[in-house]
Amino acid sequence: PNSGFKFDNVKRNQLLNDKGFMVPTATKTGTTIVGLLYKDGVVLGADTRATSGTIVADKNCRKIHYMAPNMYCCGAGTAADTDFTTEMISSQLALHSLNTGREARVVTAMTMLKQYLFRYQGHIGAALILGGYDVTGPHLFTIYPHGSTDKLPYVTMGSGSLAAMSVFESQWRPGLSRDEAVEMVKDAIESGIFNDLGSGSNVDVCVITKGDVEYIRGYSQPNQRVAKEQSYRFPAGTTEFIAPKTRTPAEEATAMDVSA
Amino acid sequence: MEYQMHTQQAPMQAPNQVHSHNHWSPYVDTGGTSLAIAGDDFVLVASDTRQSDGFNINTRYDSKAVELSNKTVLATSICSADGKRLTEVLEQKAQLYFHKHEKHIGTKALAQLLSNTLYSRRMFPYYVFPILAGIDSDGKGAAYSYDALGNMQLVTYIAFGSASALVQPFLDNQVGFKNQRGADSSRRLTREQAMMVAIDAFTGATERDIYTGDHLEIYIVDANGVHKEVRELKRD
Repeated sequence: PNSGFKFDNVKRNQLLNDKGFMVPTATKTGTTIVGLLYKDGVVLGADTRATSGTIVADKNCRKIHYMAPNMYCCGAGTAADTDFTTEMISSQLALHSLNTGREARVVTAMTMLKQYLFRYQGHIGAALILGGYDVTGPHLFTIYPHGSTDKLPYVTMGSGSLAAMSVFESQWRPGLSRDEAVEMVKDAIESGIFNDLGSGSNVDVCVITKGDVEYIRGYSQPNQRVAKEQSYRFPAGTTEFIAPKTRTPAEEATAMDVSA
Repeated sequence: MEYQMHTQQAPMQAPNQVHSHNHWSPYVDTGGTSLAIAGDDFVLVASDTRQSDGFNINTRYDSKAVELSNKTVLATSICSADGKRLTEVLEQKAQLYFHKHEKHIGTKALAQLLSNTLYSRRMFPYYVFPILAGIDSDGKGAAYSYDALGNMQLVTYIAFGSASALVQPFLDNQVGFKNQRGADSSRRLTREQAMMVAIDAFTGATERDIYTGDHLEIYIVDANGVHKEVRELKRD
């Protein structure tokens, strides 16, 4: 079979579209993700809201993905694309590391990701922030769906990137301490959580230093749900039924007829 | 041996048809949700206060509900600009009624007036799905729901706005007692019960709808007049 995407269904989909059938939208993560370099390493941050249109599909999803023991990657854009792409390159990195007998380098992951995304010409909607600490030191990259990359000391991506960047642009300076860096990441993500409707819920943080990673799930949780006014537990027998039929598990296992 | 050239083709379109994908719209959906629950001798109206535009928040506190008299409250939804204008127009018409008839307009009359006002703009509608709630001449709670063109329905409960699809089924179950075997469907809620249902409807909607949140305004209208309460909602 030919490699790459198959466009056989484009004509069919257009026809269906014209007749009124809309293609379901992929789950996007809305998202605020950030990365920042400080004195001893790199700090990554992300919110935890996943949206499907204007509905919140997941209130506490993970957007900081494992790449290698010394490397993590935040993902914004189409959720399936970020999940599968990071997992794929993570797998390739593990094999590469075994083949070379060396710890993986951040530039290696970056190159693998960008070459993969460029090959798909932007159809894979993955916008990534890659951070890690290797033999050459700490590195931070952004990777765009079409395959371009930036190497920067502080970065933001996703629908909440402008809100988060406004925090970084007012406060970032070289030589931040670990606590200052983590607080700034938390502030930037919270700026996205409260000012961008595509982002919400909690702040996840990942601190990567020489030889050590601290993945803090739910570092900040400023959006706990209040207790409900009353319980909505239904008494047994609330659901309407037409005709009851009871079977024991043994009967169920051997039953051939599933219609009635 | 024949071979086929696989070239990418543009989607098939009928000849000479213009397919424009860029078109300016005069309407802006500013989001937010409203609901009303009518009881035996009261009516409850609740609206969140967030005003949005796409993924941005315009303001965390913009009232979508207005007291039109000491007996009626109007809640708007979808387009806040049209909602505000509609409220203004209706208030002016109520004033004219007062000067003409030397008495304040009743809920039933105001309900019909709203329907007529909406239909008068049939060809360039107010992009609003209003809810009018009040005490009628018998002292009973009444809630009227409308579409943007003025179709009016007297209801026991209704939800409109961005989270209407989330809230309406919850009201069907908890206020209308639908899908509950043996429940007394003619039973009406008390003030306290209606409050709890309204609050939980909104905290639930806030969890899953990005356009609902920030603050919640709750109005209770009964023979004593209009009582308003403001509560906090999640701001993410």
